[in-house]
Amino acid sequence: MTALPSQPSATKLGLVIDLDICVGCHACVVSCKEWNTGGYGAALSDQDPYGEHVSGAWLNRIHTFEIVPEGGELVGEAGDARIVHFPKSCLHCEEAPCVTVCPTGASYKRAEDGIVLVAEDKCIGCGLCAWACPYGAREMDLAAGVMKKCTLCVDRIYNETFDEEDRVPACVRTCPANARHFGDLGDPGSQVSKMVAARGGIDLMPEQGTRPVNKYLPPRPRTTLAAHAPVGPAAGEDTGGATGFLAWIDTMLEKI
Amino acid sequence: MHPALSIIVFTTSSGLGYGLAFFLGFGLLDPAALATKAAHVIALGLISVGLLSSTLHLGNPQRAWRALSQWRSSWLSREGVLAIATFVPLCLSAWATLFESRHSWPAGLVGSLGCAVTVYCTAMIYASLRTVEAWHTPLTPAAFLAFAGAGGAMLATFFAALGGGDAGPLAALALVLLVLAWGTKLVWRRRLRALSSASTPETATGLGALGRVRLLERPHVTENYLTREMGFRIARKHARKLAAIAFGLGGAVPIVLLASAALFAAEGGIGWPVFAFLALWAYAAGLLVERWLFFAEARHSVMNYYGG
Repeated sequence: MTALPSQPSATKLGLVIDLDICVGCHACVVSCKEWNTGGYGAALSDQDPYGEHVSGAWLNRIHTFEIVPEGGELVGEAGDARIVHFPKSCLHCEEAPCVTVCPTGASYKRAEDGIVLVAEDKCIGCGLCAWACPYGAREMDLAAGVMKKCTLCVDRIYNETFDEEDRVPACVRTCPANARHFGDLGDPGSQVSKMVAARGGIDLMPEQGTRPVNKYLPPRPRTTLAAHAPVGPAAGEDTGGATGFLAWIDTMLEKI
Repeated sequence: MHPALSIIVFTTSSGLGYGLAFFLGFGLLDPAALATKAAHVIALGLISVGLLSSTLHLGNPQRAWRALSQWRSSWLSREGVLAIATFVPLCLSAWATLFESRHSWPAGLVGSLGCAVTVYCTAMIYASLRTVEAWHTPLTPAAFLAFAGAGGAMLATFFAALGGGDAGPLAALALVLLVLAWGTKLVWRRRLRALSSASTPETATGLGALGRVRLLERPHVTENYLTREMGFRIARKHARKLAAIAFGLGGAVPIVLLASAALFAAEGGIGWPVFAFLALWAYAAGLLVERWLFFAEARHSVMNYYGG
């Protein structure tokens, strides 16, 4: 059924991604593809994998943005601009537009934990859900003709044969910088909810009315280039603190 | 958005077919005439070609029947359900005309209603998407309906001129609908040009508070499904020229041709069908350009993540 659950789920499983920490290594991207290409459903195929125009279905991608503050300077490769690596996967929206447009019932949002999934055996590959998603979280598998998306590693997080620390999505488990966190964002007492409250977690494109569950933690403020610059032209040559022999040499050399 | 040929053929061909079937439903043509019988077959043919073309777009067309299940929430599902349901009265109406040389009013009127609602649902598939601001307006279904109506009236004029009835009043109707359709499209385009996008790289990343956001690197150096499907850019460069071609071919030329027929062609002569036929082809060509541009020109919010 592609209607959204009538009552919003109390449990809202999702990710919190810390943009202050992400180093853009793409380990989560590769780990995601590795996990999701096996196990359930169609494999995540690549087209022309060894050719010039290689492309394929990925459920998690990292974009890199440059942000120039108001009045900020761009000085060669330095300046006030800052680089933010930006991982993006399905946000498991509460008002998921991809679910309601689905004509077959293949797309659905689970009432018990809010995870948005695709039943691949019902998917006709019309692509309308990918059009309805503002975030580009859904990609068609061109070999199988069905829509693929992040499952929040539903086949890991409830898997009791795994050790406790492995019962998190593959991207979270693999992140070497610990920039990705998994938890229940419907529970205000959870670690992830506390993190979001403390750091002012943000929604992506709130104007689209999707109410994403996943939150992003903005980068912490950074000192500006101007703050690092020496004060005055001779600031590096200040000898005011010199004492004893060095102070005498300083005075003598000054007089020559 | 990627202008897939299958979708362009789907919306234009089924639009013309439903337009013609809509007017046939009102019994405007003589059911005993051969031209009217042909018109019924052509209407069903155009609709069928359009609907079959839409299935070419699917990754797994063998499961297309499943698309009839989610009519409570999905406009695509509603369109499928109504398209199939409308076939019933349209086929009954065609049967009465073809084999009994009579017009069936119940089947005709129910069929006409079905035609209008189906075209509306087709348009709403696009108009319901918030992600494509160019489409997300009531002007989109208004334009789809008016284009289907104008095309249907022109087809009906042609078959009337071939012996199905009085072409003059139908041509007048077609002229009114042509002006209405392209007028609606003009307002639609004005709105598009005035649009300032609510979604920007700043809202997409949530980093607008830090400053101006610019894409530095895409996730991969090559294209992917998203950029191919939603990052189509060729049209925007030539949008004005293509729009002029669409308005000229699909609007001005048929209007001049139909007006010429009304002014100069003799009733029952060869002039009427020739003028109506030429007007029809010009309109179809103009409409294909218009529909291509409808997709190709539209910008999707996901391109905020891809620097497009």
